[in-house]
Amino acid sequence: MTRTLRLALLASTVLAGASLGSAAAAQDVTLTIESWRNDDLQIWQDTIIPAFEAANPGIGVVFAPTAPAEYNAILNSKLDAGSAGDLITCRPFDASLELFNSDKLADLTDLAAMENFSDVAKSAWQTDDGASTFCVPLASVIHGFMYNRTAFDELGLEPPATMDEFYTLLDAIQEDGTYIPMAMGSADQWEAATMGYQNIGPTFWKGEEGRRALIAGEQSLTDEGWVEPFRHLARWGAYLGEGFEAQTYPDSQNLFTLGRAAIYPAGSWEIGVFTPQIDGAFEMGAFPPPVMAEGGTCYISDHTDIALGLNAASPNADAARTFLEWVGSAEFATLYANALPGFFSLNSAPVEMEDPLAQEFVGWRESCEPTIRSTYQILSRGTPNLENETWNASANVLAGTETPEDAAARLQEGLASWYEPQQ
Amino acid sequence: MAGRRARRWHIGVFLAPAVLVYTAIMIVPLLGTLNLSLFARGEEGRVFVGLANFATLFGDPRWSGAFWNALGNNAWFFLIHMLVQNPVGVALAALLSAPRLRMAAFYRTAIFVPTILSFVIVGFVWKLILSPLWGIAPGMLDGIGLRSLFAPWLGREEYALTTLALISVWQFVGIPMMLIYAALLSIPDEVIEAAEIDGITGWSQFRKIKLPLILPAIGIISILTFVGNFNAFDLIYVSQGALAGPDFSTDILGTFLYRTFFGFQLQLGDPHMGAAIATAMFAIILAGVCVYLFGIQRRLRRYQF
Repeated sequence: MTRTLRLALLASTVLAGASLGSAAAAQDVTLTIESWRNDDLQIWQDTIIPAFEAANPGIGVVFAPTAPAEYNAILNSKLDAGSAGDLITCRPFDASLELFNSDKLADLTDLAAMENFSDVAKSAWQTDDGASTFCVPLASVIHGFMYNRTAFDELGLEPPATMDEFYTLLDAIQEDGTYIPMAMGSADQWEAATMGYQNIGPTFWKGEEGRRALIAGEQSLTDEGWVEPFRHLARWGAYLGEGFEAQTYPDSQNLFTLGRAAIYPAGSWEIGVFTPQIDGAFEMGAFPPPVMAEGGTCYISDHTDIALGLNAASPNADAARTFLEWVGSAEFATLYANALPGFFSLNSAPVEMEDPLAQEFVGWRESCEPTIRSTYQILSRGTPNLENETWNASANVLAGTETPEDAAARLQEGLASWYEPQQ
Repeated sequence: MAGRRARRWHIGVFLAPAVLVYTAIMIVPLLGTLNLSLFARGEEGRVFVGLANFATLFGDPRWSGAFWNALGNNAWFFLIHMLVQNPVGVALAALLSAPRLRMAAFYRTAIFVPTILSFVIVGFVWKLILSPLWGIAPGMLDGIGLRSLFAPWLGREEYALTTLALISVWQFVGIPMMLIYAALLSIPDEVIEAAEIDGITGWSQFRKIKLPLILPAIGIISILTFVGNFNAFDLIYVSQGALAGPDFSTDILGTFLYRTFFGFQLQLGDPHMGAAIATAMFAIILAGVCVYLFGIQRRLRRYQF
């Protein structure tokens, strides 16, 4: 019995060794990356990982993503159970800070590559006092509006600069009737909050100024600057496709890429998804969130969105640090920003990008005031969670089932119930 | 017979595997959940808080609001199943057992097939069918001139839960049908013949002879529906997501538990509050089953042939 088993084991080892060849033998360590970016699987496998492995023989890397909506839940369970990968893709601010505080993420302050990032870039993955940094910043994403330039040319329309022009434009597209003016649905909730409220909102709460004032308790969510974006969302309902209440995020994406909708409230990450899907069927353009009145300052959400950290319990910490040093290098920044147009590198080294649409988005950093999403830092620490509540409120307002004022009052009440500066 | 009775050790041996497996994968986790709900995360690991989690769940207006909303939705979900799934199941079984029905085997299979489909497929397919953009529902209604009746049902607060309940009914109507069908087939021919000799046929035969004989089966189906519905999660999660939109109108206890236990987006999971909700769900189901067992099942009259 034992002998048979041994023989079987021996045979299988020999077979496996023969089939995998010398590549397997050379890899002493395999690092696993946990991520929510399942859209990027191919790019990691075909472009990024081979570049690293070529330069670092002996370290293999596996990119193992999960669905975005489940990522946090699955990651937390895996970390608790000790089965998580060596490298952890970090959500910005509190979700990762909590992991660091409970010793799930390692301290990376001493990583040499950290010098390549500005304090702003690192702020999303630092302790409140800025003493420890626990993730290497990968990229930020910028919000704005994408439009079907071919359709605009056909109808003789121009991208708007002010909010009034924006509505005139939407009216014109609606009157013509060929295209659905704007592709957005309220079924997935986060779409209304992220591409709607957080997209146009900074214009009204004046970007960083309003965001910091809210954190400091000097402004409240019922102030004009915070209610006004909701009033605009409430107006948008009339310009969306029929039955937008049941329209999901992929539905909206398809409406735009199939050329049925003229404008798409977007995040820059869509560039990499849309370009191959549209495949030249029409030309895409982009415009930043319209300003309140002619000559006003424009504000954009340039959100530090994604970083890479080290699982504190990883048995391959040394190899993982080698990988993270590489992730912090200018070489990686160029590779990543070009492989994934729309994810803008946070590295201080200037990055050449080839995609014209990505250049357009990143150009707004010069002309507009950048800020990050208002709900991410500190304000989503308690229950009820401001970010999740904002999803619900934005979807309700967009669908017309709650007034902007009621929604804002509800958010303020929820925030004040646990956040002291707002009490 | 003199002396002691022989030890019937074989009973223990035969019971052991089932008892051990059931204990390991059901009883122990259940007790673990009950235990978990009595703790909370403190500064230094977890601390014992007694019933404080339950006090929060039922005392805090936010938590209790969400809980009662989920429970109310769950009750409506169950009610639709009881009012639609089970009567339709009984009716289908009665039709299938009619002796002159042709292709009965085909109907039986066709109606039962959705039951073995995955929730993911059912949720996705129905979402597509009902989609205002790509679905076939608007087109079909248009074909019969009723386009104006179409609404984005899954996206409207007032319809979403009922729509999902009906999708679930569509999926599971095969189960009551099969159970009732089996019960109908087990009624002896003599009883039916005696009824016919007495002049009781058709509808009155079904109502006066067959229905009383299948009542125990209907009782079992009701309790299975109750337990299944109050543990439901998959369909809602697949089609509406963990936030059970629009505006929590499709939130049932299962999705509420999931969001709380595992967290969602920036909301971190709270296993202790989650366990408190799971315990409340367990209590609700236990109470429902007890009401059935002691209040109804004991009063059901059984006939033996």
